[in-house]
Amino acid sequence: MNNFTVKGWALALILLGLLITAYKVYELGLPLTPKQSTDVWTVQAQVAFEGTGGPAKLSLYVPDNTPGFMLLDEDFISSRFGLTIAKTQENRRADWAIRRARGDQTLYYRIAVARSNLSHDWDSIPDYPEAPVYPEPYASAIQAIIEDVREESADVMSYTQELLKQLNASTPDENIELIRDKATSVDQWTLEIINILKGVRIPARRIWGLDISDSANNLHLRPLLQVHNGDKWLSFDPESGSEGIPANFLVWKVGDRNVTKLEGGNDVSVRFSVTRTYAELIDVARQGAASRDSIFSNFSLLALPVQNQNVYQLLLMLPLGALLVVFLRTLVGLKTFGTFMPILIAMAFRETQLFWGVIMFSMIVSIGLMIRFYLEKLMLLLIPRLASVLIIVVILMLLISLITNQLGIERLLSISLFPMVILAMTIERMSIIWEENGAYEAILQGAGSLLVACIGYVVMTNENLMYLMFVFPELLLVVLGLCLWMGRYTGYRLAELVRFRDMLNRGP
Amino acid sequence: MRLFAKPSELRAQGVLGMNKRNADYIMRYNPRRLYPLVDNKLKTKQIALDSGIAVPELYGVVETEHQVQQIESILADHRALVVKPAHGSGGNGILIINGRMGNFYRKTNGSLLPLSAIQHHTSNILSGMYSLGGVPDKAIIEYRVDFDPMFEHISYQGVPDIRIIVFRGIPTAAMIRLPTRDSDGKANLHQGAVGLGINMTTGTTTHAVHHNNIVTAHPDTGHPTTGIVIAHWDNILRLATHCADRVGLGYLGVDIVIDRTLGPLMLELNARPGLNIQLASGHGLLKNLLKIESQQDLPTDIDARLAFAKVLQQSVDSNQVVN
Repeated sequence: MNNFTVKGWALALILLGLLITAYKVYELGLPLTPKQSTDVWTVQAQVAFEGTGGPAKLSLYVPDNTPGFMLLDEDFISSRFGLTIAKTQENRRADWAIRRARGDQTLYYRIAVARSNLSHDWDSIPDYPEAPVYPEPYASAIQAIIEDVREESADVMSYTQELLKQLNASTPDENIELIRDKATSVDQWTLEIINILKGVRIPARRIWGLDISDSANNLHLRPLLQVHNGDKWLSFDPESGSEGIPANFLVWKVGDRNVTKLEGGNDVSVRFSVTRTYAELIDVARQGAASRDSIFSNFSLLALPVQNQNVYQLLLMLPLGALLVVFLRTLVGLKTFGTFMPILIAMAFRETQLFWGVIMFSMIVSIGLMIRFYLEKLMLLLIPRLASVLIIVVILMLLISLITNQLGIERLLSISLFPMVILAMTIERMSIIWEENGAYEAILQGAGSLLVACIGYVVMTNENLMYLMFVFPELLLVVLGLCLWMGRYTGYRLAELVRFRDMLNRGP
Repeated sequence: MRLFAKPSELRAQGVLGMNKRNADYIMRYNPRRLYPLVDNKLKTKQIALDSGIAVPELYGVVETEHQVQQIESILADHRALVVKPAHGSGGNGILIINGRMGNFYRKTNGSLLPLSAIQHHTSNILSGMYSLGGVPDKAIIEYRVDFDPMFEHISYQGVPDIRIIVFRGIPTAAMIRLPTRDSDGKANLHQGAVGLGINMTTGTTTHAVHHNNIVTAHPDTGHPTTGIVIAHWDNILRLATHCADRVGLGYLGVDIVIDRTLGPLMLELNARPGLNIQLASGHGLLKNLLKIESQQDLPTDIDARLAFAKVLQQSVDSNQVVN
């Protein structure tokens, strides 16, 4: 029962950790490796107008809800203007204001977006529209179309699809021809469709956005048709009739208001341009973390200030080091001084790099040991002796730093993290084992500790692992699960296969 | 010779591994609250005295730095003695004084120590140098066992001791640990002592291991180690069983020495006995442990338990013959 419970817990933790990770990979689009890159589009709206010399107020709708994309970054470039951001029910608006504006004025709004699987729905619920009174000859034409479509549809969705199919048919009947002749542009065409939908009291509206597949200048906002089915808004292309928001369509605003509004100026114009670049996925994830709405991204470490992120990056590797120690001790059977001492040494190696770290460690421990053997002759009490060893370790490190500085080896200057207390304890323990169990055992355990520290260093400085642990801290649950699992491992250790090999070929 | 044994081969031999020992035997059968009874040798001695178990006589206990100075008076009363930490482990911190020569005290290896060295050793013990976790400790000064002449030819300095594993009150495996020159007179296998297996039924020694190698003679004296009949064998088993009953630990290592005049004495108890006994006895522990575990009702009478232990040994022996 005991084993079963432990394994149950271990399995549950491992599964939970992997599930959250999988969710973040597949749903939030976080990459599993740090070196993946992704498309980033920078869209710029350049607004120009001519000031009259008096106060001017300019409003620009800016993207708010952008299905299929996530907002990474946005900039308002408007040197002398005051800026406020207004949030309406469906839209976001930048309001620029200035006391005196004379001559040509140019303002920029810039937004960086990347693809995202996160979908937000518009949550406004419209009223049912009044059925309009159509003038003749349109009234009978529209009535005929409405009747026709109703025959072949079941609900709002299929009604809209069927209507768009008939209206955009390549061989239209005369009723449709009549409507088509009325509309001269897509904008108007969409309005006509909305008008027809009003006749069957389906709430409909236009949303506006940009097609941003590649870098381009002089883009124009184009409309999509949205109908509300009583539950949510459904989007359609008014010309092709295809359902859904196209993959490269960046929604800019909802509704029919002009994208800009100017008070106190003339000749307002907006120009949209887009540039497509690549960015490392993790940077995208980092930037996008704040703008996501998922609970997992709100609690993401990526949302922390950068200097804190670095501390956590280090911290999150510690459990991996501990897991390594568990593995090397209970499955392999390596002997070390102290349980987690090698991991602390490994963390110190991060500062000095492996090669110099090992040299440093060996030098300090061997010189320290020699001095410690002399201290034994002085017959000091334990605590004063430990303190003396600690002081000697500090002096040794100072000396090594000074000497290497003279030699021009800068690596060893950065040893602030070298755990001196741990080194002092190591020297003390090693000397006791040396005396009690002989040099062989002491050196064996010393080498074991150093080996674990080296493996620990390799694991804990692995960039992929660091990235994984940082972006998916829920992997700690997996680490914990593995620890629990190994906690009930009762099989042989690798070292025991050697230790007991003589048991095999022996008679009674 | 191969470097590795396959796990399946070790399993077939019934070898008990460290992980399994810890998880399935020590954790399951040794309640943690009972550990102090064996980890603190003063408590062990007290229990033994209370229940009539023979132990080396306690000469004195040094508890404070101040008392270290008074050690001289204890040394004056006794020609030979042992200074050891109450919470020592693995035989560390044990100082054996065999005699006196002028102002100096003679260690087992013949070297001479001044009084100050003994005092320093004692204060090291007090400061926790040899105790688990470095906590402050007490020093025990006790009778130095004058070991039985039957071991004279097969030990080098030090005192050979008998380690018996008692599982659920049944003696399960036994070995003698013989000090060597390597082990500096200590009876610890990983320090270089010779481990000598004992047949549980007959109390005669079987083969020996030294540094993981099979040997047939003591490496220092050259005297053969096989076939030595250990005197008082049943009494020794009884003593071990008695100890296990008294402390209540289900998986216990009992260390026993045989004194020339006093007979078997319990030296110390161990709640985490090592696995080397398997190398010395040549048998994996696991087969017997599993057999004992599978018994619903174990005999309560000590003699019945000894009989049971011997039956187990015979079944192991016959297994070996079949192989």
